[in-house]
Amino acid sequence: MAFKILERKPLNWAERTYLPQIITGLKITLWNLFQKKVTLEYPDVRPVIPEGYRGIPTLVKDPKGREKCVSCQLCEFVCPPKAIRIQPGEIPEDADYAHVEKAPKQFDIDMLRCIYCGFCQEVCPEEAIFLQNDFSLSGYSREEMVFPKAKLYEMGGTFPDQHNKWGKKQQAAEEAKAHG
Amino acid sequence: MNYLPVLIALIKAVLMVAVVVVIAAYAVLAERKIAGWIQGRYGPNRTAFPVIGYIPILGKMLTRLGVFQPVADGLKFIFKEDPIPGHVNLVYYFLAPCVAFIPAMTTMAVLPFGEMDGQPLVLANLDIGMLFLLAVSSLGVYGIILAGWSANSKYPFLGGIRGSAQMISYELAMGLSILPAFLWANAPGSETGMSLFNVVQSQDQLWMVIWQPLSALIFLVALFAETNRLPFDMPEAETELVAGYNTEYGSMKFGLFFVAEYTHIVIGSGVLTVLFLGGWNFFPGLPSPWPGGWVGGVLSTLWFLLKVFTVVFFFMWIRWTLPRFRYDQVMRLGWTVLLPLALANLVLNAIFIALFDNWFV
Repeated sequence: MAFKILERKPLNWAERTYLPQIITGLKITLWNLFQKKVTLEYPDVRPVIPEGYRGIPTLVKDPKGREKCVSCQLCEFVCPPKAIRIQPGEIPEDADYAHVEKAPKQFDIDMLRCIYCGFCQEVCPEEAIFLQNDFSLSGYSREEMVFPKAKLYEMGGTFPDQHNKWGKKQQAAEEAKAHG
Repeated sequence: MNYLPVLIALIKAVLMVAVVVVIAAYAVLAERKIAGWIQGRYGPNRTAFPVIGYIPILGKMLTRLGVFQPVADGLKFIFKEDPIPGHVNLVYYFLAPCVAFIPAMTTMAVLPFGEMDGQPLVLANLDIGMLFLLAVSSLGVYGIILAGWSANSKYPFLGGIRGSAQMISYELAMGLSILPAFLWANAPGSETGMSLFNVVQSQDQLWMVIWQPLSALIFLVALFAETNRLPFDMPEAETELVAGYNTEYGSMKFGLFFVAEYTHIVIGSGVLTVLFLGGWNFFPGLPSPWPGGWVGGVLSTLWFLLKVFTVVFFFMWIRWTLPRFRYDQVMRLGWTVLLPLALANLVLNAIFIALFDNWFV
């Protein structure tokens, strides 16, 4: 048998008054009184955010400052609470990255609708949208909490680009042109 | 007619009330701080006061200690909106906080808190001081009953019923547990009766708690029940009854209950100190080193206050150590354990004193 039956001894006289137990309890609480405090004094001291945390979603630029989003609208379609609204636009012919062809004209995320599920980050083929560490958002109106593109880029900043997909394409095109 | 004595008495009374209310307010702070510390938190440490809070090191320290918190709490109570639920019995609803508050403020009149040249420092040195104290403090239960009943909703009602049952049960044990102290304090044929000052003076060599530990223990337990403190906070029982008898109260009316509760604790600690911890007497076996005149008065008062604060700390310490009793356990402890124990204690002491007087005196 894998279990053991403990014999329960009847309480003796001192134990039945509960006073020794109360004194033991008092000792424990007094010991706790002088221990180090575990409180994190929140607005002054911020918690350490673990890797892979899903905070607010933001758009990011690549190290050269190019906006990575190509307005494919996959995130808009996958977003469960429909927090993302994208108006696709075209990149003008004379721009540096004209061969990317498309960029969002408008990109709004309604932070009041967002449920921080991270689907947009997962679905993005361009790695253009990332969930950041920031978790506390506040505003005075609903309109204010719909973050436009400019604000999303401002909060996102630039991320390192491992693939340099569009740079390689450009290079390949140039090489092809050179070889005629 | 000479108004001066009346005026002086009035000033003294106002001073006493002010000091006790301030101590009660800081007892609330102490409660929150101790609760925090025992649970690994800091307790209130943000409330800052404009000018004092900006003093370089001291201001920061006081803010961290939460010294300004009671001021903020008090102001909040006064300026908050005071909603009156539509379903209450208005007369008793308004009467209850006053009925709870007035006895709490009255009992301090007979509590001696120091001595000056052999005279007690007390508002009214009555020969029946203890009797007065018991009589008036037991009126406080009406506040709880009225509050619970007038609120006309279930949780306050249950709190009121529990409170009244508990306070009546433990009053008996409390009254019986202090009698041995008075039996020992008074020589046969003396006329001091139930004077609290006399009890303290009789403890200048030996504190009553060493000589009468059982009486002190019963009194302490009954005091916890009478002041509705955990583990006997049946009327409030916030985990079971929302907030018990004061669920329907808000703003300053709740504040009155709150202040009354903590005043009861402070005064109760004072009574415990007077009866069993030797009042302002120094240590057992050591003569009191207080000099004559007002210096001695101040020193003895400070020593008395130190003891009172220790007892108040003990109240809070117990609160964050023991869980609440069940209602039937409270009743059983009161009626089948404490009451017979207190009775036996009284009878045995009386017999012992009688034999002692016959054989040795």
